[in-house]
Amino acid sequence: MIWETVRLALQAILRNALRSFLTVLGVVIGVAAVIAMVTIGQGSSDQVTASVESLGTNVLILRPGRAMMGPGVRDDAPEFRLADAEAMSTLSVVAAAAPVASSTLTAVYGNANATTLVTGTGASYLDVLNWPVVRGRSFADAEERSGAAVCLIGETVRQKLFGNTDPTGEAIRLKSVSCEVVGLLQAKGASTFGQDQDDTIIVPIRMLQRRVTGTTDVSSIRVALAPGVTTARGIREIEALMRERRRIGIGEDDDFSVTDMAEISSMLTGINNVLAGLLSAVAAVSLLVGGIGIMNIMLVSVTERTREIGIRLAVGAQARQVMMQFLIEAVVLSLIGGLIGILLGLALAYVAAQLMAIPFAPSLPVVLLAFIFSAFVGVVFGYFPARSAARLDPIEALRYQ
Amino acid sequence: MAAAGEPIIEFRGIRRTYGSGEAEVRALDGVDLTIRRGEFVAIMGPSGSGKSTAMNIIGFLDRPTTGTYLFEGKDVSALNRDQRALIRRHYLGFVFQGFNLLARTSALENVELPLIYKGLGRAERSALAAEALAKVGLQGREHHDPSELSGGQQQRVAIARALAGDPVVILADEPTGNLDTTRSREIMELLVRLNREDGITIVMVTHEEDMAAHAGRLVTFIDGRVASDRAMPAREAAQ
Repeated sequence: MIWETVRLALQAILRNALRSFLTVLGVVIGVAAVIAMVTIGQGSSDQVTASVESLGTNVLILRPGRAMMGPGVRDDAPEFRLADAEAMSTLSVVAAAAPVASSTLTAVYGNANATTLVTGTGASYLDVLNWPVVRGRSFADAEERSGAAVCLIGETVRQKLFGNTDPTGEAIRLKSVSCEVVGLLQAKGASTFGQDQDDTIIVPIRMLQRRVTGTTDVSSIRVALAPGVTTARGIREIEALMRERRRIGIGEDDDFSVTDMAEISSMLTGINNVLAGLLSAVAAVSLLVGGIGIMNIMLVSVTERTREIGIRLAVGAQARQVMMQFLIEAVVLSLIGGLIGILLGLALAYVAAQLMAIPFAPSLPVVLLAFIFSAFVGVVFGYFPARSAARLDPIEALRYQ
Repeated sequence: MAAAGEPIIEFRGIRRTYGSGEAEVRALDGVDLTIRRGEFVAIMGPSGSGKSTAMNIIGFLDRPTTGTYLFEGKDVSALNRDQRALIRRHYLGFVFQGFNLLARTSALENVELPLIYKGLGRAERSALAAEALAKVGLQGREHHDPSELSGGQQQRVAIARALAGDPVVILADEPTGNLDTTRSREIMELLVRLNREDGITIVMVTHEEDMAAHAGRLVTFIDGRVASDRAMPAREAAQ
């Protein structure tokens, strides 16, 4: 009997295919929106996790100046010095500490040139970031100490200057300095913030300070904590060291900040979740509107089919059976809408994932949930029309023109 | 099953009123009527005489306000909606003036409709429906939509639908009201044949003397009461 009713419902739906489609459009859009949002949200949150991991786990970043400074706001906190990083790397909680200074420069090789971020640091920087050299070698200690004119280049810079040829051993010109490429960095892709991390050149920090910027400033220090050291303990010991080195008295605030990558990661995930939540709420409203659309058309359909209901009652249908017929019709209708919506939503998410260069991450539980939810919409919004169909008086219904 | 000639429908002091107080309308005002198995009864009367109300009560579409309705000897006056639906399903067949077929649904599927509610499987339904269509002379038209059939053919489909459920009684409400004289006579001959050959009891409302002449008995309603009730002359004579 139930399959019979489902078959009947499908017949009734197909008899008026265009109207049926317009009826479920609301549900289609609602479900598609939910599926697309959740899938894209999941993809970008996977992306965040992956790229934060690519920045290195258990990594801290020290910057001069107080925490919570807005952009453009400066205070008179002194810059770090190379000695700060050296002192820090002697702490037992620290595995590696890399001083960082940077400058945007144009690199020239033959006729090709590339404007890129040149980072002055040491070989330990690559250890902190977990960033291997895939061709050639990293800096030698002597090169770091003397500030030799050597550099490592990212994949994007290599493409711009050398195409697919081997860059190692070639000399590029940075400002007025001729600099030998000693290694090629592994391709990393876009960062959490959408920057191309491979569009970079790394040189020994002393070389950058002496020959490019002409200062001894270190703008930040990246620290990898030793294995087994908790972030809280690491931060505590590093802060203590820096307060001593920068002669900050007891009771005075730090004039530098320590940022923990895990913190950034959870902040970004949080933003992602809030956005996904908001968009899902909008999608839920759209589903509600879709449900009301179904109820509307089902009510019209009950009125239109009054005579049919009369005939069914006359040949012996019970009120319950008429009710089931209309209820199942509403459920089948909204399930069809849900199914179309799921396919549409996944397609949208796939296209968006390609465009945004994030992973396509469909989730089976979410798809199932959307399917069940659309059946639920059918039951809730089909109930009222179905009940009014079942309550029709057969005599009146047969007389209806 | 009761034997032929036993009372199948008995009205005892049936009253049906609408509204109450000053506005009360007595559609039926104390009707006593007995219809026996195998009879072909025509019901006539001016509009407002109560003949349609009587048909609705006989057909379990309505309930008497007071009085007793015995169906196959059992008191059915107080059955609820669902119980009445079951009686319609298993004992009755309806034929209406306006045919009342489902649009955009083939003749076969229209005839199958009561069988769905009887809970028969597809193959059995389809076989019984085809048989019923053959009986009313519509073999070969099983897959036509009502819109592709003439009025007379549509009414035959409706009769096949009433027949398919193997009813004890067929209730026909002005079955020829929308048909021309020739089609009307054909429909009447079909009903007479079902009555004679299959022993199906037929109760028919009509306002045409010619049609009533096919019946074996004529009951006339006036003002909610039975005004006359007489046997008709032999039908052979009428033809």
